[in-house]
This record gives sequence, structure tokens and C-alpha cells, in this order.
Amino acid sequence: MKKLLGITALFVVVFVTTALVDHHFLTAYNLQNLLKWTSLYAILGIGVSFVIVTGGIDLSIGSVIGLVGSLLAYLLTHQWSALAAIGLCLVVSLAIGIFHGLLITKVRLQPFVVTLCGLLLYRGLARFITNDQSQGFGDGASTLRAVTAGKVNLGTAFSVPAPFFYAALIAVVAGLFLNRTIWGRYLLALGRNETATRYSGVNTDAMKLIAYVICSFLAGVGGILFSLELQSIQPSGLGEFYELYAVAAAVLGGCSLRGGEGTILGVLIGSAVLRLLYNSIIFLGIPTHLEFAIIGAVILAGVIADEVVKRLGARRPAIV
Amino acid sequence: MKPLLEVRQLTKSFPGVRALREVNLTLKKGEVLAVIGENGAGKSTLMKILAGVQTPDSGTLLLDGAPVSIPSTRAATGLGIALIHQELNLPDNLTVAANIFLGREPQRLGFIQTGEIERKAGEILAHIGVDLSPRTRVSALSLGQQQMVEIAKALSTNARILIMDEPTSSLSQGETENLYRVVHELRRQGVSIVYISHRLGEVKTLADRVTVLRDGQNAGELASDEIEHDRMVHLMIGRELTRFHHRVNQATTTPALDVVGLRTPANPGCPLRFAVHSGEIVGLAGLVGAGRTELLRVLFGLDPAVGGEIRVAGQKVALTSPRDAIDAGLALVPEDRKHQGVILEMGVDQNLSLPSLRRDQQAGLVDRSKERDLSLGLITQLQIKTPKPSQWTQFLSGGNQQKVVLGKWLALKPRVLLLDEPTRGVDVGAKREIYKLLETLAGSGVAILFASSEMEEVLHLSDRAFVMHQGTITGELSKAQLSEESVMQLATGRRSVQASASPNSAS
Repeated sequence: MKKLLGITALFVVVFVTTALVDHHFLTAYNLQNLLKWTSLYAILGIGVSFVIVTGGIDLSIGSVIGLVGSLLAYLLTHQWSALAAIGLCLVVSLAIGIFHGLLITKVRLQPFVVTLCGLLLYRGLARFITNDQSQGFGDGASTLRAVTAGKVNLGTAFSVPAPFFYAALIAVVAGLFLNRTIWGRYLLALGRNETATRYSGVNTDAMKLIAYVICSFLAGVGGILFSLELQSIQPSGLGEFYELYAVAAAVLGGCSLRGGEGTILGVLIGSAVLRLLYNSIIFLGIPTHLEFAIIGAVILAGVIADEVVKRLGARRPAIV
Repeated sequence: MKPLLEVRQLTKSFPGVRALREVNLTLKKGEVLAVIGENGAGKSTLMKILAGVQTPDSGTLLLDGAPVSIPSTRAATGLGIALIHQELNLPDNLTVAANIFLGREPQRLGFIQTGEIERKAGEILAHIGVDLSPRTRVSALSLGQQQMVEIAKALSTNARILIMDEPTSSLSQGETENLYRVVHELRRQGVSIVYISHRLGEVKTLADRVTVLRDGQNAGELASDEIEHDRMVHLMIGRELTRFHHRVNQATTTPALDVVGLRTPANPGCPLRFAVHSGEIVGLAGLVGAGRTELLRVLFGLDPAVGGEIRVAGQKVALTSPRDAIDAGLALVPEDRKHQGVILEMGVDQNLSLPSLRRDQQAGLVDRSKERDLSLGLITQLQIKTPKPSQWTQFLSGGNQQKVVLGKWLALKPRVLLLDEPTRGVDVGAKREIYKLLETLAGSGVAILFASSEMEEVLHLSDRAFVMHQGTITGELSKAQLSEESVMQLATGRRSVQASASPNSAS
């Protein structure tokens, strides 16, 4: 938990500064938005953290979102029932995860290569299915939209956006899975030393496959939620770069790309920092063209600070 | 004659281990000095200090009578000292010539003068009588040829002192003889050679003088007319021979592991047949590359068997993964502890419980109290020295890490315990504890099969031993038949017995 102190402090500092500079920041509307987008990003971040824990990477998340979002809109406007459409979208994302996992564990391809090809492949498919036309949902999906993109009114000015509940549920289940189940332990172990873990009787290939399935599945869930947030969907643009936000949230939250390290709580805070920065840039009057530069610089500073702290800690190891 | 190199009162400690204690050594110009000793005697540390890889805590180094310090490998090169590592690591995508001049390429305007380095490399190779084209890629060379490239590389820096660490450990018979020829040639040219080996036969063939180390100290020195096998063994082992107490053989007649016609992918033409009974400690001896590790890998489900049968307690088992092997009652303490045995960046407790998690789970959840009890119990039972159970194994000594690997398996109560080099890189104290533990396990009915390259270990721990050579089991030796000579004869496939000059047979 000590690891998360720095990132939590960063969150608090940026939050307080922005609130002091512009009182519009603390309006219910803005905070709802912040919570909503944090929740959506967190779902993706949690997914990719499972893959990162195994020492892998998934670059296809944004394209899976694009594909699932476009597919959902296409199905709903072609007389599919909401349940069937959602079901098919989830099956597609699960299948993508299995596909990645098999290529990585059985064919022994590198995760970077497999998911980079995935990034191109699913984006292309999304554009092909929709003939690259932007998609709307029409009126049919109003119930579905209320469930996924609605708000729960607390009787005050602040209403809780629906994605928050999904993200919270996913975070609790993911946290339990990673920290309390034997499979979570296996993932953390194989991320640090796959050979020794296999020699201990763990089916490491199956565990890695599960990690990719979790990642793509949550990208699919994210795709459904993101698309229903929007009025119209651009198959070429929906979810673009989101894999990088997800990876950034995970890394900010303490996941090591070398594998074997990461907490779900960290990913949640990482996602919150990411969205907060995005939000604060507007309120602090910083030119929005600098947005990427600032987010990049802050993540880099965070990772450097983390590494420095780690080195200072390693100076006094207890050697037996 | 004044010695070329003199080492006086050299001391070096590592956390938990005193590797060298006031060690002295002299090396004359143009001689082959063999440095021998058991594993952990301090040979490698001494050589690393001479080559500038490590720095001593105290002591003096004199070169040509003048004190020198060797803070880095670069400094060693400057002084004319070159170390040829036991494990060769040449970038094998480069040519022979490029490797010889790696990092010191003659260049013009940043372009490597390929023609020139090939010419020079050719000269050096010819100088030591090695028939190799400088243009060949290293990846196409055998291990013996790669060693020649290493030697040529050392000579290209005008090395006067060549340190060779177990140079024949992975060489074939023919390559070994070629290496001898080169060593003789270098000596004739006035190069001094420090030759580290624990193959006593080759020491007798090559060395002008022998320095023996034991437990990090000088144990004695032998002049050329004193180099006798028994004298070397006596100095190497000293009183250590008595550390093995005589254990009552408690072997039963129940076969725990039965191997019938098993063929490994490494040696598919060699069917293996043997049995290990419960309560028995069986050694698996042989030279490096004899196929012992390959056999253990198949028995633990890491590699598929090409043919034949494995039976555990009479039941035929099909092993396609370590998991299958564990379920069948097998366990393996692997050869490479840091990569295969423990997870360095994980706590002692979580390392110990890893294989047991599946058995102790509560509907998929880790049973934390069981896990704690299990790891605390094993830490106490095996006397694993760790400040706290959650300490990363990285910070433990080699011996304690090895105890963690053993502990992992003890928790599962295996029927058959397989071990590959069970005490490699383990200090003498922990070694003794591991032996005692294995004997206790055998006493409780576990069948133990261990592969070892350490003669003393095979001779004294085994109730019975199999010896392998080029993939086949060349013989079985009962406790009474076990001797260094009988093992070595079988390990070299008996062929070396006739050729008296053969390096690998113990004389």
C-alpha cells in the first residue's frame, strides 16, 4: 500500500489545486462526469493489468472497443434484441481474448506482435461491418441506455453515473480474484518467474490465456458502455488510443511492465489521476493542445519518482 | 626464478560466506598451474579476483614482483591477464574474427577494417595451431571450437596469464585432446596458465604444479612429481570425508519408481530401464551431457517421453506436464535454482506454499491460515534462515534458497523425490543439512533419485548408483562397488580405460 501513497498524493494535490483555481470544478455536473469517465477507464485498466501482471501487454483494447461498439450499434439498428446484441458482443470479445491467448501460449508469439496485429485487425473489421458509416442507436435502445449510461439520483444535485456501479463491481471481483484466489497467486507468481511457476505444477499457459481473456472481455464491456454513452459512433475513431490510457492507468497505479506486480486499487487511482489531469487542464486554463504532453510528462514523473523511491528502499536490504 | 604472479594472504567474504581466507598462490612464467578443490572451495572466487571481476577484502597481488591492484576486467586485460569462463558467451551471430576483436576493432572513419581483423585473427589462430576460418560464424562452431575462439581472443590482447575455468566440462573427447595440445603449445611459447578443474585425470596429464583449496583456504601444494590421484583427493577432501555418517540402508523392495524402456527426446535411441525403491537413495552419475538432466526432465513431465513406460508405485503414469508428475507423486528439485527452483522476488512463505495451493484451496480461494501454518512449519523444520516468512527469497543464501525448494515439495509428501545437482552453489554447512534431510526423507519411505556431478556426493550419499554415458545407463553400482574409479570408468563409457592417456578417467 505504501506504493500507492505517491499517486494518491498526486491526485489530492491536482484535485485541490484545480478546485481552488476554478470553483466550477466542484460542481455536481463536473464531478459526475469525472466519476463516469474514471469508471470507464478503470474497467479497461483493470483488464489490462491482468495481462501486465503476467509480463505481457495488450495493444488491441481500443480496437476491441471500436469493434464491439460498432457491432452493437449495427445489431441494434438491425432488429436485434438488446440482450442478444449484448450477448454477441461479449462472446466476440471473449473469443478475441482466447484467440490472443492461444497465439501467445501455444504458437509462442510475442504479446506485443499479436495484439498489435489485433489493433489493426479489429479496427478494420469495425469499419468494414459498418461500411465506415457513423452509427446511431435510434430509439430502440432507450432502456439499454438507461441501464448503462443513466444516473442514479441520490436526491441531491449529485447523481451517481451508472458506469460507476459496473466499475465498482468489476473492481471488487477483480481484486478478490487477484489477491485471494489461487489463480491470482499463480498470475503474480508466473509474472515474476514463469519457469519456476511451471516447475511448481502450475499450468502457466492456461493462466496466461485467462489473463488475455479477462483483458479482452473487459475491453468488450468497456466498448458497450463507451458506445452507449455516445449519440453516434465513428467506427474509425471509437476507442482510439484507449489501450494506451489503460496501460498508463495500470502503470501509474503500480503495475510493472516486467510483470508480477500490481494492485486493483492502484489501477483505480491511476485511472482517476488520468481523468483528473484531463479535466484539470481545461479548468486551469492550460491550452488543450498541450493535453497529451502534460499527461505524458506527469506519468513519466510518477514512474521516475516510483523508481527512485524503490532504489532508496533497496539500499538497505536485509541480507541473511 | 622469480614468480610472474604472486598472491599473498587474499581474503574475500560474501554475505554469509567467507569465500577465501588468507589464500596464497604463485605462478611462474610458462607453467601450467592447476587449482583444484571441491565446489565451494573458493576456486572461482580466486580466479574472479585475478581477472578483476571481483575485488578482494584484503591481501596483496604482485605481478613481476610489483604490487598491483585489479579493480576491473579492463585493468586485468591491461596487465595481461585473461579469464576464459566456464560458460562461453560469445555473440554467436558474429564471425570468429569479429569475436576475437570485439570492442577493439581496428577502424578507419568508423568503419571496421574487416580485412585486417580477419588477417590478424587468422595469424593468431595459426599461431596456436587451430584450423578455423576467421570468417565462420560462431553459431556454426562446436563448443570446443568456441573455446578456441575465446583463447585466441585472450591472446589477441597479449595475455601473459590465461585462466581457464573448467575448460573441458562440456567438451567431447576429441575436443578435449585438442585443447590439451593448445595448452601445451601456449606453455611452450611462455604463456602461464592457471587451470581450474576437478577432473583429476586431466590435472595429472597437464599440470606442472597443483595448488589445492579447501573451504576457502590453502590445503596444500603438489610439485610435478607429487601429482598423484590419491594425494590430490586427500588434500581436496581432508577431514571432510568423515562428514558423511554411515546410514543404515533402509531400502525396501517396493519399487516406487519403475522405468521400462524409457526413451528421452535428447537420446531417442537409448531406452532406459531402472527402478528406485521407496526408502532408497539412488545416485545418477555421469559427465556433463550424459543425459541425466534430460532423463529427470522426462520423469517430471517437462519433456515428453519418446517411448517406454513410467510406473509410480506400480501404476503406469502418463506425464505431459509437471502438474501430472506432481499428481502422480513425483517432485523435482531442479538444476538451476534461481530460474527453475524459486521465485526470487516473492516471499519465502509464498514460494513454499505455491505447489500446495491447489490442494489446500477453499473453492478457489487461498486458505491463508493453512498457508501460514505450512510455511512456518517448513521454515522451522528445515531451519531456513530468514528474518521473516515474507522475506523475498532473493535475499537468502544459496543453501537457504535450496532448502526453500526442498520445502516446497516436502509439503506435498511426494513418493519419489528427484533432484538435479542438489547442492550446487551451496556452502558446506547447508550441504550437510541437506544430506541429513534427504536421509531422513528416505527413512520415512520416500524414494530419492539424485543426479550429481560431485563425486563425493555420489559416493557417500547413494545406497546405489546408476552411471550414464551418452544417453545410456552404462552400469549400476552397489554401495560396495561404488568408488571414484568404478564411476569414472562407466561415466566415460569404459572406452577410456584402455587408452591410458585419456583425460577423463580417474587414474
